[in-house]
Amino acid sequence: MSPNAPETPPEPGVVEPRSRVRGRTLALIAGVAALAAVAVAALLTNIVEHRQEARNAFYRVVALTDTTTDPAIWGKNFPQQYDAYRRTVDQVRTRYGGSEALPHRPTSSDPRSVIAQSRLEEDSRLREFWAGYAFSKDFREERGHAYMMADQEFTGRQQATPQPGTCLNCHASMYATYLRLGGGDLTRGFEAINKMPYQEARQHVRHPVSCVDCHDPATMQLRVTRPAFMEGIRLVKARQGIVNFDVNRDATRQEMRAFVCGQCHVEYYFKGPEKRLTYPWAKGLTADSILAYYDSVGFKDWTHAASGAPVLKAQHPEFEMFNQGIHARSSVACADCHMPYERVGAMKISDHHVRSPLLNINRACQTCHKFSEEELRARVEAIQDHTFELRNIALDAVLELTRQITSSAAADSSAPGLADARRAQRYAQFLVDFVEAENSMGFHAPQEAARLLALALDQARTGENALRRVAGAVPVSLPGAAVERARPQQK
Amino acid sequence: MGSRMTRSKLERVGVVATAALGLALGLGAFTFGYAKGGSYLTNDPAACANCHVMAEHFAAWQRASHRGVATCNDCHTPHNLVGKYVTKARNGFWHSFYFTTGRYPDPLRITPRNHDVTEAACRFCHQEIVSAIDPAPANAAHAGDRLSCVRCHTYVGHWVR
Repeated sequence: MSPNAPETPPEPGVVEPRSRVRGRTLALIAGVAALAAVAVAALLTNIVEHRQEARNAFYRVVALTDTTTDPAIWGKNFPQQYDAYRRTVDQVRTRYGGSEALPHRPTSSDPRSVIAQSRLEEDSRLREFWAGYAFSKDFREERGHAYMMADQEFTGRQQATPQPGTCLNCHASMYATYLRLGGGDLTRGFEAINKMPYQEARQHVRHPVSCVDCHDPATMQLRVTRPAFMEGIRLVKARQGIVNFDVNRDATRQEMRAFVCGQCHVEYYFKGPEKRLTYPWAKGLTADSILAYYDSVGFKDWTHAASGAPVLKAQHPEFEMFNQGIHARSSVACADCHMPYERVGAMKISDHHVRSPLLNINRACQTCHKFSEEELRARVEAIQDHTFELRNIALDAVLELTRQITSSAAADSSAPGLADARRAQRYAQFLVDFVEAENSMGFHAPQEAARLLALALDQARTGENALRRVAGAVPVSLPGAAVERARPQQK
Repeated sequence: MGSRMTRSKLERVGVVATAALGLALGLGAFTFGYAKGGSYLTNDPAACANCHVMAEHFAAWQRASHRGVATCNDCHTPHNLVGKYVTKARNGFWHSFYFTTGRYPDPLRITPRNHDVTEAACRFCHQEIVSAIDPAPANAAHAGDRLSCVRCHTYVGHWVR
C-alpha cells in the first residue's frame, strides 16, 4: 500500500487493461449515481419543506384581547404582517405624493429630527388660500402611518391654535382607550376624549394606529372601531334605503376592506361645543352634498383673513372621492391596491406596509391590469397631470375672486353683492380644497375631481359677477343647483 | 488508484456502483411516489394544485364558469396526444424548476407559448362563434393581429385577485 513499496510481479488474479477501463466506467457510474441520489434527496427535502409551508398558517404564541394595543405583541402571532406594518416608516416620493425625509434641527417645541417637505413652500398660493387658518402656518406632505402621532403632536398648527382631543380619533390607537374611558362603552369613551384638550387626551394613548383598531383579536376579522364612522356610514346607507345599518353586523367582507380605512381617511368636522367628531354625510358623500350639509347646519371652519368669507377646510376625503370612482364601482377596496395580497411561502397575506400603489405596481395593479409597469404608471400619471393642471387653474380662480372681494370690501364694507361673492368663495374654495386635500391627485375618481374643479370655476365666475352686479347673471347658489341647471330636460 | 487493478478491486467498485444506482433509483422512486408523481399523468385538476402555488387558481377554477366543462388540461394542453404530453413534460419540468428554486414572478404570468395553447383550446370548443367574429385569420403574420379570447373573457377560467 505504501508508495515506496517495491513492485511486485504480476499475480494470477491481475486483470487485463480492458478490465481496467471497465473498472473506471463502474467508478464513474457509482459517482454519477451518488450525485443523482444527492440531488433527489435535496429535491425530496425541498418538497417536504414546501409541504410543511402549506400546513401552518400561524402559530398562536400569545393571547390577544381587546386591550392589547401594543402591535409588537400581535406581531408575535403575526410576524409577517407586523414586519410589513413597521415599514410604514419609509419615506418615498411619488410624482404627486409620498414624502421626502428632510433633516430637521430639533427644538424645544418640535423634537423631530426628520420631517417631510412643506407643501406651503412647494406652492406658496396655499398660504393665501388658507389665510387666517392654522394650515397657512404649517402644512407638510403626509408621511406613513408610523408618524401619525409625532406629526400631529409637533406640527406648527398646534402652536397656532390649541387643538381638541378629538384629533386623536385618527392619530393614535384608540380602541382600548375608548373602552377604558367609557367603562366598556365605546361611544362614551369617544365622547370623553372629544371634550379633552389635545395635550390631556394625548396622555391616554401610546401607539399609532395598530392591529386592534381594525381587527377583532379573537377572529382577526375586520371591524370598525370608530363611532364617528359607524354613525356616518349609517347615514350613507339610509340614503340607499338600508335602515339602521350596523357596520360591524351588516357590512360585507369586501366592504370592510374599504370601511376600516374610511374610519379616518374622510372629511369631518367637530360638531358643537363638545367637539363631537362628525362625518358630514347626511346629504351624501360627494363634495357638493357635503357643502349642502354644511350650509344646512350653518358650519364654517374659519373666516378668511383677507376676504372675510365664511370658509371651510376640506380634510383628507379619500374615502368620499374613492367612492365616486371606477374602482369603487367595481367593488375594489382600498386594501386591494394599498395593501395588496402577497405570497409568503404558501400563505397569501395582505401587505401591511400601507403605501402608494405606485410604489408596488406589480402587486397593486398588475394582478388585475395585464399591462407593463411603465404603461400603468403612465396611465396614472396622465390622470394626475390633468388633475393637477385643472387644480392650478381653479386655485388661481379662487384666489382672484378672494382678492376682488378683499379690495371691494376695503373700498366699501357694505358693498352690494359682497355677501353673495363671499358665499361663492366659500363654495369654490371648499371644492378646490376637496381635490387638493384628497391624497391621490384625482386618481381615486378622475372624472369626479374634474367635475368638482369645474364647479369651483363656475362658483368663482358667479362670485365675480355678483361683485360686479352683472345684470342677468346667474345668481350664486350651491353647486348642486348648478348641476340641476345644466341637466337636460327629460321627457 | 494504483495502475493495476485486481479482480477483487473491480468487484468492489462494482458493488459500490450498484449500491449507488440502487440508492438513486430507490430515492427517486420514493420521491416520485411522495410527490404524487403519478397524478401528473392524469387529468385530475387536483394534481395541478399538488404544489400550493396553484392553490388559489384551483380554488378560483372551482368558482368559475368553466368548472363543469373544462379541467386544467382541457385549456392548458393541446388537444392531441403528442402535443399534450410534450406540453405536460415541458411545463412540468419548468414549473418544478421554478417552484423549487423559488425564482418566479408574483403575480404569475402565462408564457406566450402557453397562452397560444389556451387560445387554441378556446377555439377548439367555441370554433363556430369565433370564426364568425374573428377579423384576422389564424395564421396572421403578427400574433397581435389576432383576437385573444381571454383578453376580454378574463373570468371564465380562474379569476385570482
